[in-house]
Amino acid sequence: MFSHALRRPATARTSQRCFSASSRRSADANVLCFIETKVTDKSDMVPGTLNAITAAKKIGGKVTGILIGKDEASMQPAIDKAKKLGLDSLLVRYAPALEHVLAEPTAPVLAELVKKGGYTHFAGPHSALGKNIFPRVAGLLDVQQISDVMSISAPDTFTRPVYAGNAISTVRSKDAIKLFTVRASTWEPAQEGDKEAPVDVKEAENVGPEQATWISEEIVKSERPDLSSAPIVVSGGRGVKSKDAFDSTIIPLADALGAAIGASRAAVDSGYADNSLQVGQTGKVIAPELYVAVGISGAIQHLAGMKDSKTIVAINKDPDAPIFQVADVGLVADLFEAVPDLVKKIEAAKQ
Amino acid sequence: MRPTPPSWLKLLVPVKRTVDYAVKIRVGPKGVETKGVKHSMNPFDEIAIEEAVRLREKDKKAIEKITVVSIGPAKASEVLRTALAMGADEAIHIETAEDDVVEPLAVARTLKEIVGREQPDIVIMGKQAIDDDSSQVGGMLAGMLSWPQANFASKVDLDVAAKTVTVSREIDGGLETLKMSLPAVITTDLRLNQPRYASLPNIMKAKKKPLQKLKPSDLGADFAPRLESVNVEAPPARQGGAKVESVDEVVSKMKEAGVL
Repeated sequence: MFSHALRRPATARTSQRCFSASSRRSADANVLCFIETKVTDKSDMVPGTLNAITAAKKIGGKVTGILIGKDEASMQPAIDKAKKLGLDSLLVRYAPALEHVLAEPTAPVLAELVKKGGYTHFAGPHSALGKNIFPRVAGLLDVQQISDVMSISAPDTFTRPVYAGNAISTVRSKDAIKLFTVRASTWEPAQEGDKEAPVDVKEAENVGPEQATWISEEIVKSERPDLSSAPIVVSGGRGVKSKDAFDSTIIPLADALGAAIGASRAAVDSGYADNSLQVGQTGKVIAPELYVAVGISGAIQHLAGMKDSKTIVAINKDPDAPIFQVADVGLVADLFEAVPDLVKKIEAAKQ
Repeated sequence: MRPTPPSWLKLLVPVKRTVDYAVKIRVGPKGVETKGVKHSMNPFDEIAIEEAVRLREKDKKAIEKITVVSIGPAKASEVLRTALAMGADEAIHIETAEDDVVEPLAVARTLKEIVGREQPDIVIMGKQAIDDDSSQVGGMLAGMLSWPQANFASKVDLDVAAKTVTVSREIDGGLETLKMSLPAVITTDLRLNQPRYASLPNIMKAKKKPLQKLKPSDLGADFAPRLESVNVEAPPARQGGAKVESVDEVVSKMKEAGVL
């Protein structure tokens, strides 16, 4: 979300200061942005990367993408996509040790690039991978990272959530290099265009030691829309009571709406849903068009993950559940009666 | 008494005193109000201590010592006592002034000094603090030490003889399993374990366990903030609370929202 008003000189004094600061420095801004590919499909970007590119462009200078992988051939599909994302240039660095983008070999490569390339900013998604690698780069560069950036009002001024999103903090960085991760849900994703960025492919320099050995990964396969980018999400909580009930109520409702499935921590801990589906401070933070919370009371940590959704629908039998304080549409009802009825009526409405 | 075999491992667990997770925080003119608000140990750090204690319970001979460390104002020592009551052996408190802001980078640099003094084989800590939500210290420290890291651990298997640790870590979409040689840094995710409550006898015993106090200057720590706080405000409030009577109304609201 761009607040162009902040950059116009005719607004309030504080804004004017932001403007002069940004106009003074943005001409020199030189942003490197980490491009993360999906674990399941290395030819595609994770959605959060596209949002990070938008945030990187907001800084106002040149934006260079950096793609990391095992070798050029395996990265070619990702290169073809990444170069069309409106970047000024695209760096591709490869080495066998970088296959799984583990922190130990990768962080020194990135730190070296940032230093040698004269970058003023290093951006990336606030994904599990971004959260794993960026702090290590920050440690190597002796820079105070800024996590989960929601907005940028000047090249050195960033806004981010603290206390599970219950307060919004604006900070000005005094570091020479601004290293930050980007909250996906508050930025529009960068779109593919016709223009192609020049691509610079090289073997990676300064690859770190392979101290950790990658053993395996278990990825939950799903035909559904991806939770972090789906426009509609249906989530179940403790009130669903069992895994069978979760499957027989939440899944049909998600099918009817073409929605991704989410879950509260209570539902995950009770084994009703996989933990990759957890919405909340410690799971995924999402902001879909429609969020349907079924049998979820609305604990602070869950609200932190979904309260920026455009429309929130809550179905809960407890009229005092805190979820009703944020819901646009609240229905006090037994979910085992209301949800099947809702599925029927949604199917009917679609015809 | 036999001398300590060299294969015994030392664990270091950094902990943070934060506003209690159940408190609904208030944002005042000077930021989040923390005075007179209930504080407790950061929940992810409780999980880290629990894991350290469980590793020792699994193999009593494996772990020589569990040291907890906290950087914070005088009251942070209460959190260290809790950690000692949960089963840690000794504590280090680096005492800061009441209003000092210690950023993750400064914490990581200070912990690096502590690691130099204590020579732990594993540093295990929470994946993030629930106040600043940065999720940085573990990775920063691992980078500074050039140690391997496993962030967001949901399972930890220690092989004492081989001096390796196998960690399952939560990634977007599933799990990844890594094997690391020691020394290493591990950060804990929620699902790693269920922390125990400290029993009353253990709380009493914890009062007698050693708690060493250090000043930031003893460690040459530089806490000068790199980030200047410009503003802290409450998020825009949602216009929620509208209840409907029937499923039909839910459907018509969905139509209004344009999703049907």
